[in-house]
Amino acid sequence: MADVTAISPAELAGPSGRRPRRAISRRNVFIYGTLLLVSVYYLLPLYLMIVTSLKGLPEIRMGNVFAPPVEITFEPWVKAWAQACTGLNCDGLSRGFWNSVRITVPSVILSILIASINGYALANWRFRGANVFFTILIFGAFIPYQVMLYPIVIMLRELGLYGGLWGLVIVHTIFGMPILTLLFRNYFTSLPEELFKAARVDGAGFWAIYLKIMLPMSLPIFVVAIIIQVTGIWNDFLFGIVYTRPEYYPMTVQLNNIVNSVQGVKEYNVNMAATLLTGLVPLIVYFVSGKLFVRGIAAGAVKG
Amino acid sequence: MTGQSRPNRLLRNLSAKIASIPMVLTALCVFVGGTIWTVVYSFTDSRLLPRLRFVGLDQYERLWRTPRWLISIENLAIFGTLSLIFSLAIGFLLAALLDQKIRFENTFRTIFLYPFALSFIVTGLVWQWLLNPDFGIQGLVRSWGWESFTFDPLYNQDIVIYGILIAALWQGTGLVMCIMLAGLRGIDEDIWKAARVDGIPMWKTYLFIVIPMMRPVFITALVLIASGIVRVYDLVVAQTGGGPGISSEVPAKYVYNMMFEAQNLGQGFAASTMMLLSVLIVLIPWAYLEFGGRKRHG
Repeated sequence: MADVTAISPAELAGPSGRRPRRAISRRNVFIYGTLLLVSVYYLLPLYLMIVTSLKGLPEIRMGNVFAPPVEITFEPWVKAWAQACTGLNCDGLSRGFWNSVRITVPSVILSILIASINGYALANWRFRGANVFFTILIFGAFIPYQVMLYPIVIMLRELGLYGGLWGLVIVHTIFGMPILTLLFRNYFTSLPEELFKAARVDGAGFWAIYLKIMLPMSLPIFVVAIIIQVTGIWNDFLFGIVYTRPEYYPMTVQLNNIVNSVQGVKEYNVNMAATLLTGLVPLIVYFVSGKLFVRGIAAGAVKG
Repeated sequence: MTGQSRPNRLLRNLSAKIASIPMVLTALCVFVGGTIWTVVYSFTDSRLLPRLRFVGLDQYERLWRTPRWLISIENLAIFGTLSLIFSLAIGFLLAALLDQKIRFENTFRTIFLYPFALSFIVTGLVWQWLLNPDFGIQGLVRSWGWESFTFDPLYNQDIVIYGILIAALWQGTGLVMCIMLAGLRGIDEDIWKAARVDGIPMWKTYLFIVIPMMRPVFITALVLIASGIVRVYDLVVAQTGGGPGISSEVPAKYVYNMMFEAQNLGQGFAASTMMLLSVLIVLIPWAYLEFGGRKRHG
């Protein structure tokens, strides 16, 4: 125990000296017990998803779903990936997966590119009125998407992009802008200003400073931005269902259609394999990125 | 900073202005323009296509007479209040437990936070399976011999919203915990020492010293949760589809159905305007508290 405790009157009454530190104190039992119990609540769904997806349908029907599989089979995974049906199409989740890849990659690149340049302009080249637009942008992050759904449908239709992949990419770029611009603005503002001034004295302009000084210095924040965007865009459902035609539906939309379809026998194992497959990309991002993910969350704490 | 001292002629700083075009367009055309457009059209009788024939408050009157909307609002109120209370309480408790200089802190944090990486669709489908009366938790407890055990929120109109709440808390409390933990770590160690010297019990230190000090953190978490609650949509679609019947409908789903399925745009616009209104009620006082006292530039 810390020395400070020894001064308190209650301690003086008892035996003096350092209190022995026991591993199993009542306090520790309470803390670890609670944490373990809560962990069960958090881990149970993941566990159930995994064991269900590895069982055959008869084994599930027989009862205990929570038991580990008696006979491990990867058939549900194969079926979910290549044969599961949505409506008339029976080519599985792979279609949704590749659609999601084709949506996520350009969206992430475009949104980060635009937002980083925006943030840079706001941090180092602020012009009159820039802050007004920035404030509107941040407030816009809190407006429910539902308010802007239909006007964007009209805009995309006018541009001839409604229903396709690129329309959705633009939508993701728009709605990613508030949080990303904030992220980059704050980061560039925190860099020492002397750096920027020295480059100015040497005659570097807007783009030269961005490309040669800011970009190489801000790799960590780009990684954070990539984490935020990849998970956010991969997990999106609303924009996918509103702004794309069925053949371009992202993975989340297709997954929902497969699992919640009313016709046919409910194949629980295939459903769980499909669910796990859809969750796999963000889970991998999460477990690989670790601390950076937490940092992204802290940065995104202002996000709506 | 640099902004004020710079000359403000139009062509000065041109590259920065060109670079900001996407931001300006997004802010003006989408956020401001789109919002105004929707609010204006909520006063029209648009159905399949938007048209400017004004009918006053008709859409709103109809909206507030529709049982489905009323249920949506009631659900949102219950879900919102409870998820606000529980995610703040659970988030803070978990953060406080993790802050006791325990071992395996990283492991526990990883476990509590991973659901946040998953989408609401995945969350909803997993919990639909877990709450399945035949195979899920109810089935498990019954197989232990407790035959009359009943826990089937997704099939009971009266408690279906609590089934959604359980899933939402599973997905979201990790985030609140993370924010709270960051807040707790920001508290000066000396405050703890001082409290201990004064012999104040730990729970009192938390309640009367630490929590009041963490007010900004709580407000951030509150705004974050609140703005998420209004939007709750995917979770309901995946977990219950609004059922049984219409007992787990939410406003965001009403808007989607009216706009893209029922071909009743006017209703959709009116409903989304009501959603906007509810967000403003939360947002304006917060913005006032947060930025009101601060001096503004530009």
